[in-house]
Amino acid sequence: MKFLDEYRDGPKAAEFARQIARVTTRPWAIMEICGGQTHAIVKFGIDELLPKSITLIHGPGCPVCVTPLEFINKAIEIASRPGTIFCSFGDMLRVPGSDTDLLSVKAAGADVRMVYSPSDAVKIAVENPSKEVVFFAVGFETTAPATALAVRQAAERHVNNFSMLVTHVLVPPAIEALLSSPECRVQGFLAAGHVCAVMGCAEYGPLAAKYRVPIVVTGFEPLDILQGVLMCVRQLEEGRAVVENQYTRAVRPDGNQYARDLIREVFEVAPRKWRGLGEIPASGLRLRRQYESLDAEKKFGLAGHDTPENPECLSGLVLQGRIKPPECPAFAKICSPEHPLGAPMVSSEGACAAYYRYRNRAPSAAHQPAPPTPSPISPTH
Amino acid sequence: MSPGTEFAPSCPIPITQYPRVLMAHGGGGKLMRDLLEKMFFSALGPAPAEGRHDSAVLEFPAGRLAFTTDSYVVRPIIFPGGDIGSMAVHGTVNDLAMSGARPLWLSVAFILEEGLPMETLWRLVCSLRDAAARCGVRIVTGDTKVVDKGKGDGLFINTAGIGVVEHSLTIAPASVRAGDAVLINGDLGRHGMAIMSVREGLEFQGRIESDSAPVSGLVQKLLAAGVEIHCLRDLTRGGLASALNEIAEDSQLRIMVDEKSVPVREDVHAACELLGLDPFQVACEGRFAAFIPAKDADRALAIMRADECGAGSVGIGTVEDIQPPLVVLKSAIGATRILDMPAGEQLPRIC
Repeated sequence: MKFLDEYRDGPKAAEFARQIARVTTRPWAIMEICGGQTHAIVKFGIDELLPKSITLIHGPGCPVCVTPLEFINKAIEIASRPGTIFCSFGDMLRVPGSDTDLLSVKAAGADVRMVYSPSDAVKIAVENPSKEVVFFAVGFETTAPATALAVRQAAERHVNNFSMLVTHVLVPPAIEALLSSPECRVQGFLAAGHVCAVMGCAEYGPLAAKYRVPIVVTGFEPLDILQGVLMCVRQLEEGRAVVENQYTRAVRPDGNQYARDLIREVFEVAPRKWRGLGEIPASGLRLRRQYESLDAEKKFGLAGHDTPENPECLSGLVLQGRIKPPECPAFAKICSPEHPLGAPMVSSEGACAAYYRYRNRAPSAAHQPAPPTPSPISPTH
Repeated sequence: MSPGTEFAPSCPIPITQYPRVLMAHGGGGKLMRDLLEKMFFSALGPAPAEGRHDSAVLEFPAGRLAFTTDSYVVRPIIFPGGDIGSMAVHGTVNDLAMSGARPLWLSVAFILEEGLPMETLWRLVCSLRDAAARCGVRIVTGDTKVVDKGKGDGLFINTAGIGVVEHSLTIAPASVRAGDAVLINGDLGRHGMAIMSVREGLEFQGRIESDSAPVSGLVQKLLAAGVEIHCLRDLTRGGLASALNEIAEDSQLRIMVDEKSVPVREDVHAACELLGLDPFQVACEGRFAAFIPAKDADRALAIMRADECGAGSVGIGTVEDIQPPLVVLKSAIGATRILDMPAGEQLPRIC
């Protein structure tokens, strides 16, 4: 088992699709949380395999997409200062801020570096003692442990020229915010498998019970997503609303204790503004007091701005699952990966990018799912 | 293909004298003359009868000529399966081959960074020499410049190539027709992932080696056998996705590709998965796509498979008269999706 192709097997996918069709008697709207799942759905055409009565709604699980505009601007401001080295994951480099983006700032002479891991940024700081090195700590609970480890490494080794611009976000509060909205059409969730690999499944039980929505922890390959949909639809048809784990090969019910301990040691929960969703209480992570010296916002004096969004960018509605990217008037016209209005068009997990790459310019009838009719089992508020 | 194994271990510029390239080596004076005589001229072949001067004067064969140029800025300059020297020959020879031209002559221009070790330069020059010999091309003219330390990143190479077109076909996107078979000469993504593996410090059980190789011989065999070639395109930056999208756009036809039929080695696939890259967008340096009318496809495949540069040749799709012109992939699970033109710079300094 090499985990490369087995979960992309054509005949097995067709079999799952048949099983889903057999159990589906009514329209259902299911949200996949994670941008990686959205990409797999669009890339492999999983929505094409499902019965027309099942609508997949794309969720806000793209950390690049939900990073507030002011954080992008802060990143650009730090990177533009002489004597700094700004380190980031690749995707953030192309997200447009209010005026420019990190890649353009790099072209103008700033030292902006792509790293695959926050520990690489610590290494850069050690190798460049005369420069201020800043890491853009973006991501859900999946990447927070790696960031926490880097913070601890830097603190232990007294790497004083290192700091982080922290904008980590947490999934369960976002689900709650979506479910509390009166316009929410989502009846079941495919939860983000890798987030749960870290955090476990326990946080989702109360949400499933309170809002009466099935939540299936799901992986990222076509067979994972199909199986997750099948498990979710079965619950919906049977009137159940519990947490189930499809992604058992990576997710244990209690997750990864060591990773969670690391997060708790370095970070505390804080309110966070999500691009497109607004401020959600207790939905982000910030550095604890004892690690304050590693907080780039404090170090560079950049606390609190509020930045207005481009009114032509409808990424907020996309992130809430209220429209699909092709329904945005700017999609593939003034907004494209080369000239993006917002983050979902550049991020490798962004829904707009997925549709642009795999579906743009040739929408077919199969890609327009029937709008769901209201169902008796709707989430209570 | 492996770098020149005949590289002479002893550098002709005594290491005790000038272990590294200096600004003076590009200055036009004695030191430069020394570098040219001992390093470049000794490696790159005998002077013409009339002696060396500012330009090479050549007897042109009758008929059409193909002319191309390419610059090489790959990092690192030595990588598993090749180096910038041999690549600088293969890449330009392959560009000529894509017109169905038989490569004849190359120019080579070096931009050296002050401080480049002479041993490294010698190794690369020998690799370049050996690649040229294997391709049957002569290096007839060249140039050397040296830039200050910090301004040149080791070395950059430009090669320009001239070849003779001995067939009467028009090998170009405009010749592509609905019904044409799309063939490739082997598995994808080795060059790009060989580079990325070194850059990212990934280790695999067997090293991924670049597929850098000249395909001109293989193309000449196809032409000699009378195969009607409509179009050829090498799969360098942007990989298969880039090449097919360009041709779809230029020919205004749709290209359908069967994803399952496109060969990608397991280790290359694994490296791509780890780094979040699409193997269809990864650069190759010894691979091309050929557009051949259906009637000649089987014969073309047989000829390609019999050549050392085409052992893994396979048909991957067809051209259809459907609008709009796109590249459409039938995926492993049966659904179709667009194989889009890559956006941005996924793999900088790859060739």
